Amino acid sequence: MAEVEIKKENLVYEKPKLITDNVMHYCPGCSHGTVHKLVAEVIDELGMSDKTIGISPVGCSVFAYNYIDIDWVEAAHGRALAVATAVKRLHPEKMVFTYQGDGDLSAIGTAESIHAAARGENVVAIYINNAIYGMTGGQMAPTTLLGMKTATTPYGRDPRLNGYPYKIAEMMAHLDGTTYITRQSVHTPANVRKTKKAIRKAFENALAGNGFSLVEVVATCNSGWKQSPVASNQWLEQNMLPFYPLGDIKDVKKED
Amino acid sequence: MAKIKGTIVVDNERCKGCGVCVASCPCDVLELSAEVNSKGYPAAQMKNPDACTGCASCAVICPDSCITVYRQKFE
Amino acid sequence: MAEKEVKLMKGNEVIAHAAIRYGCDGYFGYPITPQSEVMETLMELKPWETTGMTVLQAESEISSINMVYGGAATGKRVMTSSSSPGISLMSEGMSYLAGAELPCLVVNCQRGGPGLGTIQPSQGDYFQACKGGGHGDFHMIVLAPNSVQEMHDFVADGFDLAFKYRNPAMILADGAIGQMMEKVVLAPQRPRHTNEEIAEECKAWAACGKSADRERNVVTSLELKSEVMEQINLRLQAKYKALEENEVRYETIDCDDADYVIVAFGSSARICSATVEMARAEGLKVGLLRPITLYPFPKKAIADLAKRGVKGFLSAELNAGQMVEDVRLAVNGTAPVAHYGRQGGMMFAPDEVLNALKEKLINNK
Repeated sequence: MAEVEIKKENLVYEKPKLITDNVMHYCPGCSHGTVHKLVAEVIDELGMSDKTIGISPVGCSVFAYNYIDIDWVEAAHGRALAVATAVKRLHPEKMVFTYQGDGDLSAIGTAESIHAAARGENVVAIYINNAIYGMTGGQMAPTTLLGMKTATTPYGRDPRLNGYPYKIAEMMAHLDGTTYITRQSVHTPANVRKTKKAIRKAFENALAGNGFSLVEVVATCNSGWKQSPVASNQWLEQNMLPFYPLGDIKDVKKED
Repeated sequence: MAKIKGTIVVDNERCKGCGVCVASCPCDVLELSAEVNSKGYPAAQMKNPDACTGCASCAVICPDSCITVYRQKFE
Repeated sequence: MAEKEVKLMKGNEVIAHAAIRYGCDGYFGYPITPQSEVMETLMELKPWETTGMTVLQAESEISSINMVYGGAATGKRVMTSSSSPGISLMSEGMSYLAGAELPCLVVNCQRGGPGLGTIQPSQGDYFQACKGGGHGDFHMIVLAPNSVQEMHDFVADGFDLAFKYRNPAMILADGAIGQMMEKVVLAPQRPRHTNEEIAEECKAWAACGKSADRERNVVTSLELKSEVMEQINLRLQAKYKALEENEVRYETIDCDDADYVIVAFGSSARICSATVEMARAEGLKVGLLRPITLYPFPKKAIADLAKRGVKGFLSAELNAGQMVEDVRLAVNGTAPVAHYGRQGGMMFAPDEVLNALKEKLINNK
């Protein structure tokens, strides 16, 4: 049986150029690694590795700056969109994006996030929503589902005690300053490809000065959820997606 | 008739044995190794290399960029 | 481009003019009494149309200081201003700025506290400004103006020191200086640094776009390995030592033959210069030492006065006793040190300070 030759002409897929050789500290199967690849590919395809500045959060992905080979600014917890606002306004020719988790963007950072969106800053926020606080050991997040067990909701999230989860993407869609709001996932190869297209569209939106873009990625945290990576992807499909439905929530051109 | 065949190369030491590639392969090509790498993870490997079409689903979903995919057309 | 000019204006207004003329790249702020005129003046002057300076009203002081952090991380000359309760909100940001070794300027127009307090002036934020201003082992460079001219001059001095040492700098003013109107000489317009100049000047650290000729720059204050974090801290401490050796500034009035010295800064020092005149008119040999840099503090100058034979030091401040601790440390037991203060936005009169000096030191053997 003829064998496929391992040579450049036959190459179909490899580690993205802007992903460093550093071994990622993320848990096996963590969605962060997958999304990082897509960001790296989009920046490279746009030819903007020397003109992109990333703003990293506090959370598991605090170390995003070790994995994508561009300049980064580490922000205080929740403040990434305030940091990004200044970076973009002072360097309008650069591509500026934030990469944030659910606690960073929609708990402690809610004010900074809503106002950057309301002002219509020409930046992209990549919002990784896995309904839990991974880095600190699996506590409740604003996006934790009702009934979901976490370190601070050991009996399941009870709305009388802990209130309700909320969808910041839909809230941001109401703001005049936002133009591209989408929700994607990376739990199947087909969804990974859709997420990459969404990230590319968001980056182009920012570069065109068309206003604020949010790419929410519904993601897994197999450590926090206490399931295997494969089981987590299935759990996501059955439990997360009904509440956090995938698709474009807003896609408009800014009015002059 | 032309046949498209694929093959993958896995970076054993980078692989964390998460298994999402195994679950994503549409042709049941992959399995996790019975042995572990130096970090203690069972790396992914091809159990049915002949079934591989080079679709790159495994590589696309791999969080750690461990998989390189090659594809060749055979007449 | 604007030439050197002489004008009559408020302290808060001059901060805006000085920033534009210095070539400041960005101001990010939030209104709070008694300093809202800083941003209002900037908005009226529209520097984005002349020098290209960015001026943005943020949604809070937390947001403001993080915008400053972002601008500073890319090598730009950026600043904010606020007053005591807003400065408290900025504490986290200032610790991050110092930890990431970023230059910037923060103006605090102090008001009475604690809590929401009052809008009248005080000097109650000395501890906050000089003993760190946020969590961890760090210092801000702290300049204390006592006139509208110094409010103007310290914008340039603050930025220059901040960039020289890659450290945040603060102008610690108060509501009186912010609101008073005086004649001021405005410096001529300097051009803003270009992106190319910044990329070159700050290429070792600024995250302004990774060019092919260097590794990526990551601006962060995080380091999880303790051995490395200790080294970072030691480097910061060496920086502060250099500041203490090279950048102390103070002014003395009639200290050469003084038996008693008043130590006061900002508005308090203006009042106490009249106290010195009153004392001398009565035949009392009193002098005034006015620290201009509160950090680095003029410890040596005060210690030298104590060694020379000054019989007592009075720290006169609009608070319950904050700078007095640093005076006491500098004097180191050689002579008595007392404090006189007013709080809650009340200010003392020159004769009050003189009475306190007599009561606590001169007549108190």
